[in-house]
Amino acid sequence: MITNLIILPVLLQFSLAIILLFFWKKIEIQKKLSIVGSILSVIVAGTLFNTVYGSEILTLQAGGWMAPFGISFVADAFSTTMILLASLSSAAVSMFSIVTIKKARMKFGYFPSFHFLVMGLNGAFLTGDIFNLYVWFEVIIISSFVFITLGGKKVQIEGAVKYFTLNFLASMVFLTAIAVLYGLAGSLNMADLSGKIKSIENQGLVQVTAILFLVGFGIKSAIFPLYFWLPDSYHTPQAAISSIFAGLLTKVGIYALLRVFSLVFIPDEFMKTLVVILAGLTLVSGGLGALVQTNMRKMFSYLIVCHIGYMIGGLGMFTVAALSGAVFYLIHDIIIKTNLFLIGGLVYKINGELNMKRMGGIYANYPALSLLIAVPLFSLVGVPPLSGFWPKIDLFAESFTTSNYFLLGCFIFGSIITLLVITRFWSEAFWKKMENRERRPHIRYYDQAPAYEKALLIIPILFLSLISLYIGIGAENIFRLSDTIATELVDNSAYINAVLGLSK
Amino acid sequence: MLRRSLVKLVIGLVLLGNGVNLLIFLLGGLVRGNPPIITGTESVLGQIYADPVPQALILTAIVISFGLQSFAIVLIKRAYIVVNTDDLDKIHSTEEDDDY
Repeated sequence: MITNLIILPVLLQFSLAIILLFFWKKIEIQKKLSIVGSILSVIVAGTLFNTVYGSEILTLQAGGWMAPFGISFVADAFSTTMILLASLSSAAVSMFSIVTIKKARMKFGYFPSFHFLVMGLNGAFLTGDIFNLYVWFEVIIISSFVFITLGGKKVQIEGAVKYFTLNFLASMVFLTAIAVLYGLAGSLNMADLSGKIKSIENQGLVQVTAILFLVGFGIKSAIFPLYFWLPDSYHTPQAAISSIFAGLLTKVGIYALLRVFSLVFIPDEFMKTLVVILAGLTLVSGGLGALVQTNMRKMFSYLIVCHIGYMIGGLGMFTVAALSGAVFYLIHDIIIKTNLFLIGGLVYKINGELNMKRMGGIYANYPALSLLIAVPLFSLVGVPPLSGFWPKIDLFAESFTTSNYFLLGCFIFGSIITLLVITRFWSEAFWKKMENRERRPHIRYYDQAPAYEKALLIIPILFLSLISLYIGIGAENIFRLSDTIATELVDNSAYINAVLGLSK
Repeated sequence: MLRRSLVKLVIGLVLLGNGVNLLIFLLGGLVRGNPPIITGTESVLGQIYADPVPQALILTAIVISFGLQSFAIVLIKRAYIVVNTDDLDKIHSTEEDDDY
């Protein structure tokens, strides 16, 4: 079915960002508009999700040019789920940033770039055209460059140099892959490519193109040998910015990997083995990296890398159950990683420290708050009724049945490391006695803030924790969703028919 | 791009970006003097024609890489002012365990 509803999440964020540009220095108006717009976008995303999930795939052919000639936008269960998650976590971050981002930074276009970033994410999730996907990726990284340099401190600029270089390189590899693909197949529409790619004689070159895509998306989603830029840059901007990066930017790379490798390049044995090995090494190296860090936010950054391995591993096994596990993990991870960095921001506000050795006493001073924070931390580790546990069942079981024992070992290793790291974080920051130390004057501490600011700090964390709780306790619904998505990924005929307008 | 100087790094990136643009152009299949215009008497294109799609793609890619490159130049200028070095090996304070 063709409908204009699809484009609404993109359009809403776009118009919001443009409107915000008109209120350049009036940050009070910007704050309110941003909150209202984020809530609206959650509603729009929810509506779109409801329309698509359980019924048919919606498409929109831009300008009325039929696929494969025009640019198509496709809303299937996978993309609408991603949009819903993106709008939920961006709403939480938008609320959190009102009190944590410094005024001077807001004056230089924090909120407009924020909404441009979310627009880029929504566009990337919706597009059915591989060149258009590249354009959305550029929209995302340009806005993220603004974020990472906003403030212009020494570490930020240094982090930005690394972040910029690697992301530019990734884009160029991605663009090269697109060029080769167009030269081979003569089409850029992913559904159209899916049919054409099989009839190409030179399958060796197709394989090379697939590897180019893997490298391009791999840099963006921080998989094993390509992740070093991430822990060097993600901890430099402020907490709200890091959390949107952590929750969504690497995940859009995973989304693109899942999409391209299920639709265009169906992985063969070599590709599966390669991806499985990369996933295992990502888990191990990210985990070991997290273990040695004493800086709280760098530790969290390494945890992002570590957990990317679960999703890539699911892709590498490429069975319905494994993909379902990967998608479930993706759903869980977007919410939990956003929340984790928000918690990092809150802990920093309470302690005024980023080094875990100098933290302490949060549990003694704020017991209720600590219990709230415990929920997402427990789900991250994967304590049974909570959300981190369920996708691991699928992934573990599937790595056993497909006899990927190496991957199984890495999965278990990753879980144990996560447990260790989070336990250490808990005991250092929450249980350890707080020694008296001088307060630094340039930080606004949590207990100095007025009540409404405290509320604005806690509500987003509470909100995301409740979503995590729902994902854990209502796991049956999420499983049904992730199974639908995985089935659609493996049997892509419904997607192709919907885009090309063929009858079923 | 493997040089340690920031300026040379950016020059490398610019070259790389332009190289990719040329690659798209080449892989589109170059044909001289046959624009994809359907003349009045025919209804489909008869002979081999120049594919317009890669040219549209390059136009987009050039604009994007131009934007990125200008950002990069401003970024290295800023980095030079803040860090006071042009040497990539000296940019390592993100690895130190400082708090700010």
